[in-house]
Amino acid sequence: MITGFIFRALDGKIVAAIGILLAAGILVPALNLLVPPDSAFHIPTYAMSLMGKYLCYALLALALDLVWGYCGILSLGHGAFFALGGYAMGMYLMRQIGSRGVYGNPLLPDFMVFLNWQELPWFWYGFDMFPFAMLMVLVVPGLLAFLFGWFAFRSRVNGVYLSIITQAMTYALMLAFFRNDMGFGGNNGLTDYKDILGFSVQADGTRAVLFALSALMLSLCLLIASAIVRSKFGKVLVGVRDAESRVRFLGFRVENIKLFTFVVSAMMAGIAGALFVPQVGIINPGEFAPANSIEVVVWTAVGGRGTLIGPIIGAILVNAGKSFFTGAFPEFWLYALGGLFIAVTLFLPKGIVGTIQHGWNGRKAMKAAADREKGRDDTVLPQAAE
Amino acid sequence: MAKIAETRSKSLLYLDGVSVSFDGFKALNSLSFVVEPGELRAIIGPNGAGKTTMMDIITGKTRPDSGTVLFEDSIDLTKRDEADIAQLGIGRKFQKPTVFESHTVWDNLELALNRSRGVFATLFYRLSGEDRDRIEEILSTIRLTHRKTELAANLSHGQKQWLEIGMLLAQEPKLLLVDEPVAGMTDAETAETAILLRDIARTRSVVVVEHDMGFIRDLGVKVTCLAEGSVLAEGSIDFVSNDPKVIENYLGR
Repeated sequence: MITGFIFRALDGKIVAAIGILLAAGILVPALNLLVPPDSAFHIPTYAMSLMGKYLCYALLALALDLVWGYCGILSLGHGAFFALGGYAMGMYLMRQIGSRGVYGNPLLPDFMVFLNWQELPWFWYGFDMFPFAMLMVLVVPGLLAFLFGWFAFRSRVNGVYLSIITQAMTYALMLAFFRNDMGFGGNNGLTDYKDILGFSVQADGTRAVLFALSALMLSLCLLIASAIVRSKFGKVLVGVRDAESRVRFLGFRVENIKLFTFVVSAMMAGIAGALFVPQVGIINPGEFAPANSIEVVVWTAVGGRGTLIGPIIGAILVNAGKSFFTGAFPEFWLYALGGLFIAVTLFLPKGIVGTIQHGWNGRKAMKAAADREKGRDDTVLPQAAE
Repeated sequence: MAKIAETRSKSLLYLDGVSVSFDGFKALNSLSFVVEPGELRAIIGPNGAGKTTMMDIITGKTRPDSGTVLFEDSIDLTKRDEADIAQLGIGRKFQKPTVFESHTVWDNLELALNRSRGVFATLFYRLSGEDRDRIEEILSTIRLTHRKTELAANLSHGQKQWLEIGMLLAQEPKLLLVDEPVAGMTDAETAETAILLRDIARTRSVVVVEHDMGFIRDLGVKVTCLAEGSVLAEGSIDFVSNDPKVIENYLGR
């Protein structure tokens, strides 16, 4: 049952994408660790971490594509799930600092000592254990998505209203996390990490492993997302996107379908956030900013929503462009991003991958039609009946 | 009322005194109406007579303010939602053909097939030989076998109507509610559709809402005329169309 589910995921494009990701996951760390720094092929550690960051963003865009591209839920709050996963990882990393903090308190992170707190808040317990923290990376975003989705989808909040309340959700979380008495480091967030599982977060080797893990998790989530959208469930999802009432009158519980997808997507976003934090070295409430969530929508649209691979390409391209522009012409970056979104909306409404696929399918259809003209109708095989 | 009480024991669908109003407008006004198992029934009436509202109430989209709606004599439909009611065996075709345009004709039918509809059941669903045969059978019933691999978006308007009827068949409903099935169809398609619906009604009950009097004559079944939210007349097409109230309210306009 499970193998059939996974095998169905493996169409040519997905296999190719996973192959490229896994190859990059091996090659980039190898070029960083094994090639001497003076070689032209050496990849410096900062560049590797930068690329690792892009992969985390790509995973976030993939998560958004699952709900937006396939289920039609335009979430403008996916940055919140990403940030919550990031905070769960950040809390683990803070607890690993131990007595090496500025104040040398073995139990309390520096910001708590600074605020004159005497004991660890209850919700910080357990985060010194790696497995528990990793579980929370999935559970916290998943639980928030579940509660949020439970109420929103049951009350049939749809379309732009849903987008607005997801935006409100991430904004409310940002305001909450900015407060010092929330116990998450307020404005400054969580930073100054020392090590992860006993390895220094600054070390090249740790950075290489984090990069490889980012590539691996992205591949794994791509595989799962592909298996989901290619199953009958995935066809129902597209049905919900295109004709929700038809799905409901066919006897499906639309709220459960949306809820499941929303929770899976939020968990993927949480994983992305957790991998992001040790590579950039900080998590702060700025990650909850509504603008971040909107940027994810831009990456997904640029790459092509409803294609799974498109959002990955879109996230990497836009962020690489952002790194380049903010370095070369810092004052033009926002104009470039705005211009890009307008250009894509006007000229490539299906996004990069969507447009390529459309052209490809169009050619195939023309060829099939030409074959039919010649009376070779048998070349059109009943695909669905296989 | 006495007549309804007599028929109640063998009814498939039973509506009694159903009223609903929207912002003071009485869409249904104490509507009473019975469908027997295996019956094909046509419903006519002017715009705003409450035909679509009645379907909304039967399928759980709208809750009535008062009245009784029973399915198979015992199941209170006013307490159920759309998904529940669909699973009980009531299928509904919308006025505007609603199919999944970005899926193939085949996939449209596969989704509609009367199988477990839970999240995990659909995630791990595999097409069985039995399901394949059933889909092929429906494809030939709705005359779309030759287009099964094409996207539903590429079908003609009439073919979309048929595909939607096919999807209802795949649901294996006991009762089909069909809202204006021949709107926008050519005469030939309309005649085909009458044959198709009569075919379907051999094994299940069908309620057809339609404006096309020629089509209803083709069906040759009992007709109910609604106006202002309640039943105006009921009987054969000739009986109903000669009723002075019907002529005044509907046909004469």
